[in-house]
Amino acid sequence: MRLYYEVALRSYRRWIAYRAATISGIVTNCFFGCIRALIFIALYHARGEIAGYDLTDAVTFVALGQGMLMVLYLWGWWEVADTIKTGSVVTDLSRPYDYYAYWLARDMGRAVYHLLFRGVTSFVVIALIFGARLPASFGQWLLFALSVVLAAVTSFAFRFTVNLSAFWLLDVRGVGSAAAITATLFSGFEVPLVYFPGWLLLVSNILPFRGMMQTPADIFLGHLTGAGALAALALQVAWCAVLILGGRAMVVAATRKVVVQGG
Amino acid sequence: MDDPVIVAERLEKTYRVPVKKGGALKTLVSRGTQAVHAVDGISFTIAPGEMVGYVGPNGAGKSTTIKMLTGILVPSGGQVRVAGLDPTRQRRTLAARIGVVFGQRTQLWWDLPLIESLELLRYVYRVPEARFTENLTAFRDVLGLDEFLQTPVRQLSLGQRMRGDLAAALLHDPPILYLDEPTIGLDVVAKGRIREFLLEINRERGVTVLLTTHDMADIAHLCPRMMIIDHGHLLYDGSVEAIRDRFGTERTLVVDLETDEPSPLTGLPAEEIRADGLRRWLRFRRAEVTAAELIAAVSARYGIRDLTIEEPEIEDIVRRIYQEGIGTRNE
Repeated sequence: MRLYYEVALRSYRRWIAYRAATISGIVTNCFFGCIRALIFIALYHARGEIAGYDLTDAVTFVALGQGMLMVLYLWGWWEVADTIKTGSVVTDLSRPYDYYAYWLARDMGRAVYHLLFRGVTSFVVIALIFGARLPASFGQWLLFALSVVLAAVTSFAFRFTVNLSAFWLLDVRGVGSAAAITATLFSGFEVPLVYFPGWLLLVSNILPFRGMMQTPADIFLGHLTGAGALAALALQVAWCAVLILGGRAMVVAATRKVVVQGG
Repeated sequence: MDDPVIVAERLEKTYRVPVKKGGALKTLVSRGTQAVHAVDGISFTIAPGEMVGYVGPNGAGKSTTIKMLTGILVPSGGQVRVAGLDPTRQRRTLAARIGVVFGQRTQLWWDLPLIESLELLRYVYRVPEARFTENLTAFRDVLGLDEFLQTPVRQLSLGQRMRGDLAAALLHDPPILYLDEPTIGLDVVAKGRIREFLLEINRERGVTVLLTTHDMADIAHLCPRMMIIDHGHLLYDGSVEAIRDRFGTERTLVVDLETDEPSPLTGLPAEEIRADGLRRWLRFRRAEVTAAELIAAVSARYGIRDLTIEEPEIEDIVRRIYQEGIGTRNE
């Protein structure tokens, strides 16, 4: 365990090394957050409530989304695919540690950096400008925190799987873009899933993506409480398990392929 | 002799590569494959503490061999054992007993100070803290790491990065070290420093070293033994001196004459290939005449002030072997 902590720590430090990138990242997150919030404000002039969300809910949702954006890192994460392309994955696979756990630790170190430095800041800035609804109890905060951790793990497990497809595909970016669009849409990042028409909502409720954004947001806003919140967390855990097991199976298959066929 | 630490017996690796037939559309539909014998039945053993140069032109099968020795490639045929282990089946166990350095690639964390990568390895290989500190101190000293230990790896020069990579490969006390072109792209001073370090860890720690290189000076400085591979076949396995004796069939006698003579000198069992005033270069074949006989023949006709014998460069010999083959394969 100590090893994976040390890996996560280095990954965290690695991101912290670029201060200018952090600052420009916050500015970008806030800028787009403002645009998104203003669109919702215009929308809510026409109607006071949409699918159980009032304006404060919608604006808070935007602030949360901008804060979670880089924690989830749905766009542009190719670290694993790049090692496959350059061939250095070969040495990584033969190191005396668990390859999957190693990358999970790396990504968690990164996610902590993005949560602390870009997530919290972006949320606070947007919330200060437009107002926000905060959890009312400590229990709600706790459930939210748990849900965010699960969201980060789900996101990693999903992206890792996409990256690993580089073992079989010549170029992973095409699949990667399709995957990112799907994840962005069905996580609720673009608009809250509750806005979706009934059949689409039904589909998106069982997909793993809602656990990345919609579930933590609904817990934060108090739309998911008690048994409903626990059921949503259970679904997040289940999807984490499925994605992790699938990813690990891919690692085994990829190792066999590399070892037998050569890099 | 000790039990060998690396054994390869009739080692083979065959890749199946797709062959393109016809146009682009046809390629999508049906792809034939063709077998490529990257390594084609090579056998050798390496004893503990040996330092062996593994040489061959690009695509000869060097990297494929090393990958099979580390267990990241399964041989298509033959046997391989490293440190008493079966590399493919016991890849993780073996990983703790070997150090690997790729000259073209780094295993260090690009954005972090060098020390961070080195310290992480302590946890990767579970090196006891006292042992780790001892090794790190030794390497800091010999490799002069102190001047850049706190510098992010991306800012290091190639030579510095290489020194860092070497330290990283050896912190867990592996008895075997594989080096894939460790001096590629380095300047003369940096090369010298790497070579000195390799000699030292081989001498002091008894590390067995197998290194691939295109720089024959690496071999001349480091490796009493060299193996030459081409097209998957082992062309030569023996000492560096022996390759000179066997394949360096022509040598050159350089003489400084006492008085100027018309060029070329005549009546000698050698050919004058160059003249520079009183200095003459006489090429002779060792099969036809010994150096002593030639010197006697020259001094019988001309007055000699000084002489030296030039051995062929290993580089020239190896180039000839690459180009012409040896004719006596796998003997």
